[in-house]
Amino acid sequence: MSLFGDGTQSAAMRRRQDARARVRVEGEALDVADLPSFGFSHRSLMWWGTVGLMAIEGTAFALAIFAYFYLRSHANRWPMSTPPPALIWGIVNTVVLLVSMWPNHMAKRAAEKLDRGGVQMWLSACLLFSFVFLVFRWFEFEALNVRWDTDAYGSLVWMLMGLHTFHLITDTWDTTVLDVLFFTGPIEGKRYVDVSENALYWYFVVLSWLPIYAVVYWAPRG
Amino acid sequence: MQPAAAPRTPGNAVPPTDAQRRALERTWSDPPGWVGWLAAVNHKAIGKRFIVTAFGFFVAGGVLAALMRLQLAKPENKLIGPDLYNQLFTMHGTTMMFLFAVPVMQAMAVYLVPLMIGSRSVAFPRMNAYAYWVFLFGGLMLYIAFLLNIGPDAGWFAYVPLAGPDYSPGKRMDFWAQMITFTETSGLLEAVIVVATVFKLRAPGMTLNRIPLFVWGMLVTAFMVMFAMPSVMLASTALITDRLVGTHFYNPAEGGDALLWQHLFWFFGHPEVYFIFLPGLGFMSSIIPTFARRPIFGYTAMVLALIATAFLAFGLWVHHMFATNLPELGKSFFTAASMMIAIPSAVQIFCWIATLWTGKLNFKTPLLFVLAFFFILVLGGMTGLMLASVPLDLQVHDTYFVVAHLHYVLIGGAVFPLFGAIYYWYPKITGRLMSERLGRWNFWLFFIGFNVAFFPMHWLGLHGMPRRVYTYSAEMGWGTMNAIASLGALLIAISVLLFIVNVWRSRRHGEPAGADPWGAGTLEWSMPSPPPACNFEAIPIVHGRDPLWEPQHDPKAVAGLAVDSREVLLTTVLDAKPDNRESFPNPTIWPFVGAIATTVLFVGSIFTPWAVVWGSVPVAIALTAWFWPRPTDTSAHLAREQQP
Repeated sequence: MSLFGDGTQSAAMRRRQDARARVRVEGEALDVADLPSFGFSHRSLMWWGTVGLMAIEGTAFALAIFAYFYLRSHANRWPMSTPPPALIWGIVNTVVLLVSMWPNHMAKRAAEKLDRGGVQMWLSACLLFSFVFLVFRWFEFEALNVRWDTDAYGSLVWMLMGLHTFHLITDTWDTTVLDVLFFTGPIEGKRYVDVSENALYWYFVVLSWLPIYAVVYWAPRG
Repeated sequence: MQPAAAPRTPGNAVPPTDAQRRALERTWSDPPGWVGWLAAVNHKAIGKRFIVTAFGFFVAGGVLAALMRLQLAKPENKLIGPDLYNQLFTMHGTTMMFLFAVPVMQAMAVYLVPLMIGSRSVAFPRMNAYAYWVFLFGGLMLYIAFLLNIGPDAGWFAYVPLAGPDYSPGKRMDFWAQMITFTETSGLLEAVIVVATVFKLRAPGMTLNRIPLFVWGMLVTAFMVMFAMPSVMLASTALITDRLVGTHFYNPAEGGDALLWQHLFWFFGHPEVYFIFLPGLGFMSSIIPTFARRPIFGYTAMVLALIATAFLAFGLWVHHMFATNLPELGKSFFTAASMMIAIPSAVQIFCWIATLWTGKLNFKTPLLFVLAFFFILVLGGMTGLMLASVPLDLQVHDTYFVVAHLHYVLIGGAVFPLFGAIYYWYPKITGRLMSERLGRWNFWLFFIGFNVAFFPMHWLGLHGMPRRVYTYSAEMGWGTMNAIASLGALLIAISVLLFIVNVWRSRRHGEPAGADPWGAGTLEWSMPSPPPACNFEAIPIVHGRDPLWEPQHDPKAVAGLAVDSREVLLTTVLDAKPDNRESFPNPTIWPFVGAIATTVLFVGSIFTPWAVVWGSVPVAIALTAWFWPRPTDTSAHLAREQQP
């Protein structure tokens, strides 16, 4: 049976189907001219691209954590020769990152309503948070109490922190570019999809911090 | 939001008018001139370059192999010294695995997948171009280093501590580690492209259970790539930081561990065998139905077998590490998993046999290569089962038995189907058939040469010849078998030469192919050969698994897509119902510039860690310029805009 309706279907069925899909069958043609020219979430390619990158980077984080515990299982002392990282900046920055999900969520909502002013405002708010958490991340590195070349423990801590910080920086840059674009133009519908999927990526960067935070700050104390 | 200009420009009719055909050709063509060549984003242009480049590396890797066989042809040969020999086998393995086998499969997918699923492009066409350039530059970097006598020399899996700073000083292994960064960047991006393309760009009606099996193979491979390749990138990044900035990941003196490298490498390395093998199975499943002249037997079982293989492939990595001090119970698990992989493999082999058995065979060159698969792969699979058992593995570990096994599996499982695939799709790509006569010579020389070269290696391994030795003394008694193996290598070299001649000559002198020279059933054969720039003048509507073999129904094709901008139809993931129209970007030079900037960063970081900092500035600039929309493009898109 045809998916798109042929002569044998009732007129009512066809109307319902067509209203949903916004496509018209005319003889041998299926007319798609009235379909939307962009869509959010899993309807867009950008979502699939972003999710693919998240899968790749999530795997890299998971493997780095595996390496951490693998080497820890071979060590007599952990940390091997240094005190664990000081807690204060890690805690403060985790709070900042978690709170940054709020302007991020608002930017996503504004994008899905195609509200250019809202996108401008909330992306700018996100960038303020970016500035704060990048500065605090600097303080975090200062408070790690270990260098990457001190011992294998130090190498792992720097690897985890480095991987995550790399994501903070790239996401900040992506957001900056989008924010500037929304002020200067040119804008079309799919740019709102870009904002929405950039927000999805932001969630990923924040939420993937939580296991990394736990490992870097609490595994040496456990 | 700027209001959409009204009324929208009209889309194509079914069938398209002549004016619309011309407009489509103009719209989807890459720009002329050499700048246009660098700016190309059409998946067919990029796909062809990708395939040719990967075969270029195949030939280079083959020349290195021939040099090794020349050196080993007789005992105590003085032709090549140990230092060069170490570079040769490292470069050979690295080239074949990282610069040929995995990329060539992705390259075939870049060319073929859109044609097979009824799309005008791959998803993210600019990223596709970027992935190609990064791959090319990474491979060139490795070969330039090799020609300057800084070629890697610690084996293609670069075990530490040998590959670490203490035992491999100098820059050789740094180039190897950065080669990984290049090729895996490219491979991971291609994986994302394939997944997005297959999920969202299929023609209406091509539900998940109607996708051609080659596309299934590439989809499953792409998922495996996304979860396995990060492991080798992490491992090689840790290696290069150990070497350059004094980290201690693999340094036991400071709490590191050499086995960590083996775990991370083989967690990638074993699935990698299946990145190479599953596309090979996809070629088989495309060629067999066409030359048996019937639909494939057991489609659903084939798809499930592919997926099962992919899952099992992640539970095999430790069988590369049976010679290490891992717990014996753990090894038993990996033995069982390794043997289990025989089940889905057998399901597919029986389905192909059933298809061939009940079909009417058409013995052309592509089918010959496919039939050779059965002989060679089954032999390789048998030695695989032997190696999966720990006691036997310990006996022949690091001997020529393993070399024989892996070449039987990889050449039988992937390279023979790949050659068949080139003979099969060449007429689609160029519009002309390759010579059957040369094809038969190519095939028989390859088949005989392969067995003559690699079968004696089983014997050599069982008689204790270790791999990676640059020479051996006469009293070991390995001389005759080595001489025979070298003779086989010569036959393979001649056969590959004939292949190159055939490819080159047939471009001009081959028989014109027409749209469907083999009488095949899948969509890529529905258009003229070579395909027009837009692939499909009107996107087809699919009513079955082998659309060209089945009766036509209305509706036949999609109307209403733009002819004057690069508009594609997105469909739903499971049912392939029309979902939305998206405007794709135009050609641009920025992915090329971005790849150059990336190359500067990667190569620079071998010499100073600060390159990661200053090198990222040009990368960021190039990537931003690549993204930044042109006002003319945006207004063309706005003219077609329809909000959800």
